[in-house]
Amino acid sequence: MTTMSQDRPLGETITDAATEPFWAAAKEGVLKIRRCTACSKPNWYPRPVCPYCFGDTEWEATQGTGEIYSLTVTRRAGPIPYAMAYVRLDAGVTMLTNITDCDLDALKIGQRVKVVFKPAQDGNMLPMFTPA
Amino acid sequence: MTLRRKACIVGAYEHPTRKAPDKTVAQLHAECARGALADAGLTPADIDGYLCAGDAPGMGANNMLDYLGLPNVRYVDSTDTGGSSYIIHVAHAAAAIAAGKCNVALITLAGRPRSEGSSGVAPRAIVPTVPDAPWESLYGPVTVNMYALVAARHMHQFGTTSEQLAWIKVAAAAHAQHNPHAMLRDPVSVQEVVESPMISDPLHKLDCCVVSDGGGALIVARPEIARSLKRPVVNVLGTGEAIKGQLGGQVDLTWSAAALSGPKAFEEAGVKPADIQYASVYDSFTITVLMQLEDLGFCEKGQGGRFVADGNLISGVGKLPFNTDGGGLCNNHPANRGGITKVIEAVRQLRGEAHAKVQVPNCTLALATGIGGLLGSRHGSGTLILERA
Repeated sequence: MTTMSQDRPLGETITDAATEPFWAAAKEGVLKIRRCTACSKPNWYPRPVCPYCFGDTEWEATQGTGEIYSLTVTRRAGPIPYAMAYVRLDAGVTMLTNITDCDLDALKIGQRVKVVFKPAQDGNMLPMFTPA
Repeated sequence: MTLRRKACIVGAYEHPTRKAPDKTVAQLHAECARGALADAGLTPADIDGYLCAGDAPGMGANNMLDYLGLPNVRYVDSTDTGGSSYIIHVAHAAAAIAAGKCNVALITLAGRPRSEGSSGVAPRAIVPTVPDAPWESLYGPVTVNMYALVAARHMHQFGTTSEQLAWIKVAAAAHAQHNPHAMLRDPVSVQEVVESPMISDPLHKLDCCVVSDGGGALIVARPEIARSLKRPVVNVLGTGEAIKGQLGGQVDLTWSAAALSGPKAFEEAGVKPADIQYASVYDSFTITVLMQLEDLGFCEKGQGGRFVADGNLISGVGKLPFNTDGGGLCNNHPANRGGITKVIEAVRQLRGEAHAKVQVPNCTLALATGIGGLLGSRHGSGTLILERA
């Protein structure tokens, strides 16, 4: 079976104080996470206050690479099948995302992936992943 | 303070409807409350505690309590952990009774997702101020794929198969055929489950629970009051609650919050998983059951597939009879929240009032456990251990 990915219409991103710098970096093709200035642990989704020690965190660029931790091709939610996944970034956090630009039926847990950015309705760029 | 034997479930009522286009949600709550009062042999004036969750229209208890007209309530709680809320409500009611805050607490749930066209593949409402929303909502998380991610990882890591998951549905269906109110009453085979349409890999249509209108209610009371009533006494023996999320980005889909709520309940009850004669296990999806059985210690982590296979959950056949009403998979999942029906069937079993074809002989110790929210991201678990006095 082959299910080639198709771009789905994406809604508008949510832009607020917590997300604005992230979307700015994404427009430059950079996937950022946050890391604590006190305990040095990275966190995802990005939070200004560390979820481990309540310290302050700061933005940090990643290479945008990682591997698929889990994966499901959703076939019956709307007309276009899409792959929901958790990707374990080499930067040390695991994020919910989509895998795209590939045959969705050929994807495997453990597979190496790299970030690609897809335009949302408001022009912000949403990070997704594709086989590396 | 332990809650062991500090409170009893004296009333339990499951609304017989599975489709109620001609009733409001508030009306269904009231009909459930009336049913539970009749079951217990109590009157509205006896109720002095009220608990409800997010399915109750309005702001916490404010609107429903006014609607129901209960004049003597002096304790309220609107804890919401999704479908597991009502299991946790029993624990909170027991704690309030033990602390002297109330004597007789009513818990209600009702909803009409079937009439309103809800489903597990519908987009979930986006609330921009919810902190995870900006980072997840555009990827298309729906209910089913956020459970499928857990199933996919379990299969990858432990070798669990679709056929093993299917046995959970087969067992629920074997029980549902004896429940005249069940939404789906036909027995199904493993093959029928794995050949049903794929919704979100690896979960098929028959791995998913029903969407039903309806509701239920429970009444929790002080033991002295329970003993004054005419019904068999069901003691609250142990309780546990927990929330689990993405662990700051160290996502681990191999365990659920039941791994935290379960041990607390067993410790408080002073019993072990092997002692449990009947288990109500929230079955929003087949994988939800598998995860909870492992996390509660009914089998080793990763062995859930082998544990549920070959009818091990079927009453009279296997070692752990589960969801003898047909569960959410076949009987009822009112308001898209299955916690209260889990407690109700456990009460039926302990009273000896389950259908004769599925009644566990001399059932004196039962468990009800639930996962509400999204198993693959953020969820709440409640575990309750009950005994017949």
